Amino acid sequence: MKPKISLLTAAWLVLRKDWMIEWRTRARLTALIFFSLSTLLLFSFAMGPDINALRAHAAGYLWLALFFASVLSLGESFRVEGENQALLGLVLTPVEARAIFLGKVFGNASLLFGLSLVLLPVAVALYDIDLAKAPLALLATLFLGSVGISAPGIVYSAISSNARARDVMLPLLLFPVLVPLLLATVNATKFCLGPDPQEQLASWLKLLCAFDLIYLSLGFLVFPKVVEED
Amino acid sequence: MPKWAPLISLVLVIALMIVHAASASARAWVWKVLAGFGAIGVVVVVYFGLFFAPREAYMSDVGRIIYVHIPFVWMCMVGFTVNVVCAVGYLFKANWKLDALAEASAEVGIFFGACGVTMGSIWARPTWGVWWDWDPRLISTTVMLLVYVGYLAFRSFTEDPDRRAAWSAAGVILGYVTLPITWFSVQWWNSLHQRQSDSQTVDPAMRVGYLFSTVAFLALFFVFVFKRYEISRSRQSSALELPPLQAPAVKPEVSA
Repeated sequence: MKPKISLLTAAWLVLRKDWMIEWRTRARLTALIFFSLSTLLLFSFAMGPDINALRAHAAGYLWLALFFASVLSLGESFRVEGENQALLGLVLTPVEARAIFLGKVFGNASLLFGLSLVLLPVAVALYDIDLAKAPLALLATLFLGSVGISAPGIVYSAISSNARARDVMLPLLLFPVLVPLLLATVNATKFCLGPDPQEQLASWLKLLCAFDLIYLSLGFLVFPKVVEED
Repeated sequence: MPKWAPLISLVLVIALMIVHAASASARAWVWKVLAGFGAIGVVVVVYFGLFFAPREAYMSDVGRIIYVHIPFVWMCMVGFTVNVVCAVGYLFKANWKLDALAEASAEVGIFFGACGVTMGSIWARPTWGVWWDWDPRLISTTVMLLVYVGYLAFRSFTEDPDRRAAWSAAGVILGYVTLPITWFSVQWWNSLHQRQSDSQTVDPAMRVGYLFSTVAFLALFFVFVFKRYEISRSRQSSALELPPLQAPAVKPEVSA
């Protein structure tokens, strides 16, 4: 029997495996970038050329583009595990299923975070926003938001990956749960980009942290039941 | 309405529920008693609310909605709470009865919640001047209902009963987070919707009315869940039992 490794080491190995799969093809990241770029463009076409309106709603467009992209990314995350029953192999290794959850969540979160970094300069060009007001808080918002999408997203992606009509199922299950996250991320981003006279940024960031912690712990608890079959 | 009516009826309804759960032989008639009590109770409450209850100080007659709106939404939340308890229970010990009860309580909860939201919308038109407002309580309630609609949709899209039960249980535990958000939304944010009332803010005559109404709705809720549970159980038994062995209809002829 193989020696038992700690939860975090195992999570790190799963994360590295996901990164490696991603790096070898780079297909998912490329698809995500072009998909979300066209989403951002579509928003500006739909709203018309009024730059003030675009600037005012830039945070919302940015996060909606990330939300839509996250559905593709999360779905793909378990589609690759479906090939050759890779997920079964992963579950059969002597590590906890929770390590798979943590690895997958942070694998997806890092992908979405990277995507958001690519989208920021595009948003500057399209919506004329100013990133220099609170850059660190903006990065924190993007990271916490990416984790917040991924934590419930991985659980729902795992359960919907074997349902009929899984492409419909994932957003149907995921988006309602993400509404508080959407409100928090959009508002936090808005205050990072524009004036914050009542200093509300900190309270939205706290809400984001709370959302992440709640869904990371709930996912951590229920994920083994989703992937392990008796 | 007498002050003791809610408490006495609550004790009776809970006693009947316990009898129902404990004794298989009583199950045939207890639900009928509860259904009768619920139906008569709702008629009494509507009559009381419309003709006897005092007028609301700020909203006048429009405020009479509390006798049905509050119980509807409360029963919705009771349904979702029963659902999540069953889901957690199912993950600890796989039991088909828990799965059936989870499905029944979610579906009945959605029905009560949708009725509550619809009534609230009708009330909002004369009170706020609009049918719908993007207010924290309204958004969170809608999101909560959508989570459970997604739960039922997921269940109907998964064929394997074992997986359906385990996965929907895991998924709905994550979704239940929306319920405390809905409940506390009026306290956490500046909501247009009023906060939860307490004995300081409500006239005793009105309080008795909506508490009694809640008991009547609880009886109806129980009957609905029980009937829906029976449907789930019979669907389960037909899905889980093996196909019957088929006897050959015609004997194959042996050619000489």
